[in-house]
Amino acid sequence: MTARTVPSRRRGGRIAAALLAALSLVLSGCAGAGTLGLPEGARTVTIAIVSNPQMEDAIELSPRFEAENPDIKLRFVSLSENEARAKITASVATGGDEFDAVMISNYETPQWARNGWLVDLDPLMAQTPGYDRDDFTPSIRNALSGPDGHMYSVPFYGESAFLMYRKDLFAEAGLTMPPNPTWEQVAGFADRLTDREQNRAGICLRGKPGWGEVMAPVGAMINSFGGRWYDEQWNAQLTSPEVREAVNFYVDLVRRDGQPGAAGSGFSECGTQFSQGNTAMWFDATVAAGLLENPDESRVVGDVGYAPAPTGVDGLPSGWLYSWALAIPRTTAEKGPEQVDATWKFLSWMTSKPYQRMVGEELGWTSVPPGARQSTYAIPEYIEASKAYAPQTRAAIDAANQDRPTRDPVPYTGLQFVGIPEFQDLGTRVSQQISAAIAGQQSADEALDQAQDYAEVVGESYQQQGADS
Amino acid sequence: MTAATASGTTTSPNAAAPVPRRTGRGSGALLTVLAWIVGIGFFFPVLWMVLTAFKTEADAYTDPPTLFFAPTLDNFVEVFAGGVGPYLLNSLFATVVSTLLVLLLGTPAAFALSLRPVKKTQDVLFFFISTKMLPVVAAIVPIYVVVNYMGALDNIWTLIVLYTAMNLPIAVWMMRSFFLEVPRELLEAASMDGASLGRSLREVVLPIVSPGMAATALICMIFSWNEFFFAVNLTASRAATVPVYLVGFITSEGLYFASLCAAATVAALPVVIAGWIAQNKLVQGLSFGAVK
Repeated sequence: MTARTVPSRRRGGRIAAALLAALSLVLSGCAGAGTLGLPEGARTVTIAIVSNPQMEDAIELSPRFEAENPDIKLRFVSLSENEARAKITASVATGGDEFDAVMISNYETPQWARNGWLVDLDPLMAQTPGYDRDDFTPSIRNALSGPDGHMYSVPFYGESAFLMYRKDLFAEAGLTMPPNPTWEQVAGFADRLTDREQNRAGICLRGKPGWGEVMAPVGAMINSFGGRWYDEQWNAQLTSPEVREAVNFYVDLVRRDGQPGAAGSGFSECGTQFSQGNTAMWFDATVAAGLLENPDESRVVGDVGYAPAPTGVDGLPSGWLYSWALAIPRTTAEKGPEQVDATWKFLSWMTSKPYQRMVGEELGWTSVPPGARQSTYAIPEYIEASKAYAPQTRAAIDAANQDRPTRDPVPYTGLQFVGIPEFQDLGTRVSQQISAAIAGQQSADEALDQAQDYAEVVGESYQQQGADS
Repeated sequence: MTAATASGTTTSPNAAAPVPRRTGRGSGALLTVLAWIVGIGFFFPVLWMVLTAFKTEADAYTDPPTLFFAPTLDNFVEVFAGGVGPYLLNSLFATVVSTLLVLLLGTPAAFALSLRPVKKTQDVLFFFISTKMLPVVAAIVPIYVVVNYMGALDNIWTLIVLYTAMNLPIAVWMMRSFFLEVPRELLEAASMDGASLGRSLREVVLPIVSPGMAATALICMIFSWNEFFFAVNLTASRAATVPVYLVGFITSEGLYFASLCAAATVAALPVVIAGWIAQNKLVQGLSFGAVK
């Protein structure tokens, strides 16, 4: 037996040779394949972005920028929203220098500007001929400004919320959408139009956990029912009668007339349901209109009407304001003014007026990033292509004021979010409770009792800070 | 050769005598059916992923799901047009180098802890495995800060070091179990014949445990190839690996199931191929050591 297990030299030699070959193969100059193929002397600009259709369009068009600027090489890091947000926050907060530009929103911009994490973009804008800072939609310009009134990020697109409804189904049922619907009326329509036998839901509302998912419409609805997250002394208000009424209304409506699997539905799922003709109404971001009017993806093109976000008590609005924008972290400035200039060159290209026109001409006018620039709404081709929804989108964005989000005064800014760093965690925890209520695992009141506990912990830390200062 | 060694303990006539079957023919068939159901259950998600990869986005979202559809290669075109190449190369580099390092460092350690036990072998073994007890998420902030301080963010060598450290304890434990199967008499015989320790290891022990090493290497490769958490947190554009590329397909404002499935299929292929090539060694290896 011993004789049989003693190896031949040839075999050992073969293994050694194979290992050596493998080692030499992998060590042959690969220091991370991503570093290969960079032209000599070029400056690389790395941009972290959130993966969405508009950004994919930007990546598709970016070779044009590189052709115009041969000394700049662009690198995109495209991640899903949750990953991108976590990674960008970690990188900017700890001074990691992986990214020269980052995609953030009006949630992060004012906070990060206050922390000194971002480069002031006003001087750069002033030096850029034809950039036209004043062309940005005022509410969004304001939402992307720091405490000094300077802009610290430039909007790529902006959105508010409105109500989308099927005109054909409304006509069939003999219903008329009023010019400014209330939530009560919407609930009545949903009751009428729900047809479980035909697999048709009356309304699609988000139910997926996440502060950027279910909390967006729920947060907006809380505002429209006169509720708020905190009073001026940072006392949590999630068990107030107004909030209880709003959340119960939302949960009841989605459970009664909502889409199947509502507790797992986010923007994409509702978009699919509505564009495939399975729901009669959908309350969500204005950016959805581009999806619904795109014949490649939607079966309801031309049948969709767009109404303002429904109002709650006393005509209070339930719109929101959100903008994906591009900012330059201060770590880029530490790499030298040339790096900032190269980065700004790309940012200004991507958020310029000519870019909007380029997207329209190359990729179709419904693909133009909406909401960011007022001049977009003066392009005749865009007006024609988006006449079904562009005026409503613009009106919704103009009406949204994140500095005065609620009926009663609050110590924070933000319509569908609370503009404090803790909200990413708090909002997600509260959203999990509400999602569980939508799934029927607990009542809306139980969800709010738990949510109130979470909110109190955060509120106390601000009360403490107030007492200390 | 290995089979001879492995079956060395079962060559007595008694062991070879027929064992009375406890199960009748009926329950045998039932077990077979059950095994098939479990097998299909495990395989179904993979099959569904591959099928979805060939659907259009609209087909991928239909409710109820469609089994019959007009297949399209558009999603694969999109995956390759999106520049999956550098990500694949980064993954390959990190996986192969870290696996080689694990074998290089783990083999002597496993040898020492099995055939040449050192003092406090049990403590050492426990120490190795205890490094796996802390959830990675608990360690990511200090790791990120240290790596940032060293200027090693977005560097493939950072991932290689971490993947080596991550896989080493498992590799040592696995290989130790294979080494324990090597009869000590072989080493004694070799040393009586005048072989040095290095030569005994190289020419006597390694050939016997090579199926076990192949199995260990494959498992390390799979872990490194699939690793997402370190990769997404510590890399950006230059050193990002395939799993990081995959999440770029998940969009919060649009349809993505089909393209994500196509990307996932492309990402899974190298590991499947590696497993296929190493299949024989793997089966030998897994039926050889303690991982039975």
